[in-house]
Amino acid sequence: MNKSMKAVYNAVVILAAAAAALGVGALVFAAVGADIAKAYTVILTEPLKDLIGLTEIAVRAIPLTLIALGIAIAFRSGTLNIGAEGQMMMGILAASATAIALPDLPKPVLLPLAVLAGAAGGAVWGTAAGILKARLGVNEILSTVMLNYIAAQFYTFLLRGPMMDPEELVTGSGTPQTVRIPRAAWLDRLIPGTRLHAGAFLALALAVLVFILLWRTSAGFRMRAAGAEAKAARYAGIRVERYVVAAMLLSGAFAGIAGAVEILGVHRRAIEGVSGGYGFTGIVVSLFGGLHPAGIVPASLFFGLLLLGADMTQRLADVPANMVLVLQGAIILAIVSARQFMNNPYVQDRLARKLSRLLGKPAPNPPAGSREACPDPSDSPDPCLADEAEPRTGGGSPAETEEHR
Amino acid sequence: MPFEPIRSLELRGITKRFPGILACDHIDLTVGEHSVRALVGENGAGKTTLMNILMGLYQPDEGRILINGREVRFRSPNDAFAHGIGMVHQHFMLVPNMTVAENVALGMKSSHRPGRLDLGSVRKRILEISERHELPVNPDAYVWQLSVGEQQRVELVKTLCLGARFLILDEPTSALTPQETDELIELLKKMSRELSVIFISHKLHEVKALSDTVSILRRGRIVFEGRTEDHSPADLAALMTGHEVALPCVECSDAPRPGGPGLLYVRDLRVRGDRGNRALDGVSLDVYSGEILGLAGVSGNGQRELAETLNGLRKPESGSVRLDGVELGGCGADAVIAAGMGYIPEDRNTEGIVPSFSVRENLVLKDVGTGGWSRAGFLRLGPISRNAATLRESFDIRCPSVDTAAGSLSGGNIQKVILARELSRRPKALVAVYPTRGLDMGAEEFIHKQLLARRAEGAAILLISEELDEIMNLSDRIAVIYKGRILKVVPGREATKRSLGLLMAGVLDE
Repeated sequence: MNKSMKAVYNAVVILAAAAAALGVGALVFAAVGADIAKAYTVILTEPLKDLIGLTEIAVRAIPLTLIALGIAIAFRSGTLNIGAEGQMMMGILAASATAIALPDLPKPVLLPLAVLAGAAGGAVWGTAAGILKARLGVNEILSTVMLNYIAAQFYTFLLRGPMMDPEELVTGSGTPQTVRIPRAAWLDRLIPGTRLHAGAFLALALAVLVFILLWRTSAGFRMRAAGAEAKAARYAGIRVERYVVAAMLLSGAFAGIAGAVEILGVHRRAIEGVSGGYGFTGIVVSLFGGLHPAGIVPASLFFGLLLLGADMTQRLADVPANMVLVLQGAIILAIVSARQFMNNPYVQDRLARKLSRLLGKPAPNPPAGSREACPDPSDSPDPCLADEAEPRTGGGSPAETEEHR
Repeated sequence: MPFEPIRSLELRGITKRFPGILACDHIDLTVGEHSVRALVGENGAGKTTLMNILMGLYQPDEGRILINGREVRFRSPNDAFAHGIGMVHQHFMLVPNMTVAENVALGMKSSHRPGRLDLGSVRKRILEISERHELPVNPDAYVWQLSVGEQQRVELVKTLCLGARFLILDEPTSALTPQETDELIELLKKMSRELSVIFISHKLHEVKALSDTVSILRRGRIVFEGRTEDHSPADLAALMTGHEVALPCVECSDAPRPGGPGLLYVRDLRVRGDRGNRALDGVSLDVYSGEILGLAGVSGNGQRELAETLNGLRKPESGSVRLDGVELGGCGADAVIAAGMGYIPEDRNTEGIVPSFSVRENLVLKDVGTGGWSRAGFLRLGPISRNAATLRESFDIRCPSVDTAAGSLSGGNIQKVILARELSRRPKALVAVYPTRGLDMGAEEFIHKQLLARRAEGAAILLISEELDEIMNLSDRIAVIYKGRILKVVPGREATKRSLGLLMAGVLDE
């Protein structure tokens, strides 16, 4: 199979997966009695119709990108960080507390300081899970999920107690939120009349940095080695535990930055429900983007579209916005299944031969033993089986092959 | 179940394609009643693929299978069992924490009554079979309690209990000691009076000892068929690889070994194994510069723990490891590597390489942080690529490109990647654990030559192996390990297979 055919094949697989996901969504839309065509039209096109819609997509894509980048670092290093939601909340708390406590600092100092505080808050939460895994072998999925609960309760406690806006008590409305963050810590809005803020530049810059870190530095090389095969990494003298902690630290820091950017750029105060499930959607974005920055940025824009579109369907097509969660689930299943086909040379080869038979061309017989990499199960891993490990390590994502060139 | 005897089994024009290769190319093979057919060939020649087709694990792209002249189609191993074909795989397919009888019952449909398992009938069947074929097994023993040789017998009994009248044995001796191998061959000879056997191996003396006829596969084609007795092992080896093969031998110098501590110096090493047992119990060894010390022993006697401790992957309880005078006992793997230790680990797929990493990346896995491959923490992609190109050339690593994932290569080429990385680091000492396990003769020859070349350059090499031929060909001195102790160290030229075999079994005749 040549390169262009492979591209066509992969495109077909992606389209088929997307169709399957939309099909599952359609079933559910039908079940709640919605107009399927209208619902999809609204979700996929309505947000693109005006400037507000386009910028709102970007506004949602900014935290998604940041979180997904952190998730990619953790996943590539062999740690499944499910705790971005909690890490993000800790980031919000740290950033807003810093900004509120130091209102007199000039902008060039306070803004970076608040963002860094957010990073630190998230990093503490991520590192906790990292250390538990490295030192005690605690499964990071369990610890990060549990840390999410703690963070959520801590967040609620602070917002309804110590950090609550005193005004709320005076007026008696009791909305759980902090005071407004001093103007010196705000991220500037880029286009008047929209909420698009300067966090977009930060997200893009960090995307480039993550690529450089993972694929252009020796530390990133070791992180990826530790994630892809911890045993071989340990045998090669790499201190795997150290890189697990480092990866979780960075991963948490990215989620923390996402939280900081969200309140400094959009809400300008810490409120409840700010994370809005970004921490979990970020995982999907990261996987959908092939755990690679070049895939994550467009993937987060796509999910920004979905999230916004879902809000709109509620108004325009009378479908509950939570339906988008069903769609997300269907998309995850579709991606994971599609990956089984995308980089499977067996299926590609068989398909190529079937196709050429159908078209009446002679089958392109590979020369006998042209390559020693024979799938003899006794001495080499079956390419089929080898592929099964791929979704996690993401070794074969299109973005990565590009990288290798 | 029809118990029709298998008078003939024919494969006609079997073809199987995998991406980029033709694993089996119009293979014809006929095996008659009561005969032993050896199937030999290098790794990747298509032996296992062919047998997996015969067992219904793969479907052939073209070709037919005929039993007693009638065409059959095997869609799953169950179909093959139903026709009386059974296979003993290279890696035992037994559940360790179940008894022998339970393991056999797994595949015996007749023992599964509604709602309960009839272990009594299974036990009876096992005893019947083991008596008839002189295969003593205890049906109530747990598999994990059995030695490798006993497990091999359980595999045979299991296959026979399932009604096999045609046996396929995929490298059945690869995990056995020399004595166990001889016993197995005797046993199979007797069994061949009642059964037909296809015997896959690349150990040619076993092929000579056991088989009536031999077929040689090379690159998916049968290149030779004939009576075994008419051909010498050397002929067969040449046919197998397509060229004359001469495994290199060490030339022991008569110069007396220097006294005093070796370049690699091990004293009173005590190490606990994974289960808390004492895996090494006071091991002392000296490996001198320009010497290969062979460590013979049945696997599981402390070899793994020794190799891991020497390389900083396992903490010793007590004792000392020195490389060129530098104390390494208790140091981490990074310190050991930096001190100049090379390591060819036992499990090449998960310990030697990162499978999803490219060949290029795997070749710099150990030294990626050093000046050659990175500067100020940033990778130097140019030198890394050039390094890969050079090593691919000089170590004859056959891969579509250096960007190929190393895990997709064949075992021999993976081993060459590891060897290239380790040897290009110019290690002072090298620990090689089962470096040729499962490899064909061509790859074995290459690896042996490389080890000897490093020896000539003055490296101290500790060669851990179960293959007595390999140890005797390469070692200046041979140490035998048994239950975590060095039983004896003998000069390589004085060792015989018999004496080493006895020592490996723990018999120290003074």
